[in-house]
Amino acid sequence: MSQSHRLPKVSTGDKTATAQLQAAAPGGECLVKIGGDWRLNKPVPSWAKVLGKQTAVNVRVVPEELGNWDTSLVLFLVHCRAWCAESKSNFHAETLPANLQTLLGQVSVNGAAKLATQAAAMSAGELASLAATKWALHVKQIVAFLGECTLGFMGEAKNPRRFRWLDSLVEMQQCWASSLPMVSLVSFLVGVILAFQSAVQLQQFGAAIYVADLVGLSVVRELGPMMAAFIVAGGTGARFAAQLGNMKVDEEIDALETLGISSVNFLALPRLLAVTVMLPILALYANVLGILGGMFVSATMLNIPASAYWIETQNRVSLPDVLSGLFKCLFFGLAVGLAGCLRGMKCERSAAGVGTATSSAVVTGIMLIVLADALFAVIYNILRI
Amino acid sequence: MINDPQKPVIEVKHLTCGYGETVVLQDVSLAVRAREVLFVIGGSGCGKSTLLRCLIGLLKPFHGDIAYFGQSFTAADAGQRRNILKTFGVLYQNNALWSSMTLAENISLPLEEHTSLSRGDRAEIVALKLTEVGLAGMEELYPSELSGGMQKRAALARALALDPAIVFFDEPSEGLDPIISREMDQLILQVRENFGTTMIIVSHQLSSIFRLADRVIMLNPETKGIIAEGAPAALAATSTDPRVRDFLNQSNDLPKRPSESSARSSNFIQHENQT
Repeated sequence: MSQSHRLPKVSTGDKTATAQLQAAAPGGECLVKIGGDWRLNKPVPSWAKVLGKQTAVNVRVVPEELGNWDTSLVLFLVHCRAWCAESKSNFHAETLPANLQTLLGQVSVNGAAKLATQAAAMSAGELASLAATKWALHVKQIVAFLGECTLGFMGEAKNPRRFRWLDSLVEMQQCWASSLPMVSLVSFLVGVILAFQSAVQLQQFGAAIYVADLVGLSVVRELGPMMAAFIVAGGTGARFAAQLGNMKVDEEIDALETLGISSVNFLALPRLLAVTVMLPILALYANVLGILGGMFVSATMLNIPASAYWIETQNRVSLPDVLSGLFKCLFFGLAVGLAGCLRGMKCERSAAGVGTATSSAVVTGIMLIVLADALFAVIYNILRI
Repeated sequence: MINDPQKPVIEVKHLTCGYGETVVLQDVSLAVRAREVLFVIGGSGCGKSTLLRCLIGLLKPFHGDIAYFGQSFTAADAGQRRNILKTFGVLYQNNALWSSMTLAENISLPLEEHTSLSRGDRAEIVALKLTEVGLAGMEELYPSELSGGMQKRAALARALALDPAIVFFDEPSEGLDPIISREMDQLILQVRENFGTTMIIVSHQLSSIFRLADRVIMLNPETKGIIAEGAPAALAATSTDPRVRDFLNQSNDLPKRPSESSARSSNFIQHENQT
């Protein structure tokens, strides 16, 4: 009895790949004749189909009018051999071309499958402990880097003329210029949204004028600084990480270190200073735009004149409110700078590493900002500011 | 301390180093004499670059000691370390020129950091160094504006900025065409001639090895150490170790082209000649 598996002929110069199985008496040897041209990009027989319902017998593969072949034939034979190993039959391929046998020899009997099972074998507990270790490492890195920066800063303070003031100024300029449009738009819209949402409620009680209080306080104490910090984290923080990451990949940071120049002092400190100085300024600007946003909604929809809105804001929002928001920004700036520089300097030496470092800088930056903000909320509450 | 010709300029004693848990080099000892051009050779993954990273202080060894001019580098405190760092320059594989700075700024930064020269003096040294490597007048260009060969020269100029006693080269002819690579070799020889610089070169460019090397050491990933040491020509001719002979006589032992009849079925990518 012979079972064959032929596939429709494709119109090329190639002969269709064939594999014919000749079954033998039980316990005997079945013959698999392979022929035609085996190409990866053409349909080729699969071992499962060729085998059909045959049960365990020894297999001998022989070439019959075998034309050109590529890895597709090797794959077929590997499957055949794996089946033989599984069903404890013998696999013979001595008459195949020598180079095909060499290739077969290079593939271990079930090499590829092992990796997949290993990857799947990790349990939930192991995953959790892996994640915990990673987080602990992150925290340790941030704390260590903060320490390094502090030491570096103390060193520079002794000899301020050596500090890279110019680099810092350039970074400030970049930070300001690149963040300004986004900060303008976002904080104005935050003011608009706040006024709009609160007006609907407050109008019911005839208290529409208090929109000014609500917008003023929330923008000045929380949202202005927060929005500015987020935008700087996404822009400047990411830029720091990408810049320093690329420098690391190109060995530029190594070149600094082997000259005895501390990369923290040379690269990180000017950037940290720049972003720490610029963020409060951007936040102050965001505050103004936020209040203007609220004023715009009040004037156009609630019929509250801009002057009345302004006076109400002045009455409610005090200088400590403004300063408390701006003071937080120093720490937000530090967080953004630390995250950006740290991720850049710890970047893996590859193009993908720079990408990971950049996104990680933004995520770490935003996380640190929110953590710091929560901390300040508690501290201000205790101090009754 | 540089003037004593008897003392080795670099002495490596029982160095063991690697990454994380992996040991790449085990118990390597080595001495480099003044004015010597020493090549570190070996196949990929044999620890050439790891040895270099240890020598220039980018990788902390697990055990052993590295000493420059008799002074330990591994055990040095911050001040001593800074002094030792001043004695060598490094030419990195990727050149590692600071991309945000012009060539002039690149070369003048080491001077700014380690000398008290005036701005004018520094500018003159920059011009001098650039002329020395054949890039006269290119002070204001940025590294990205230069070709690969020119970047390599600029990086050499920076490595030479402090007139170091030792220069390390990591694959100096990597990515250069044969002609520019030969020019680079000439430049290296010229620097040695002019300044008596000791050079440690990590490379597997055979032509450069035979052109430049006074001595080669060959590393091997299996033994994790030095398997051969000597003048390249002598090693190629007399070494009994097949690994050394294979490496240094590469041009002679390429496998023969398969004959036409056996080529037909052995080619993986085949011509559409079957009907």
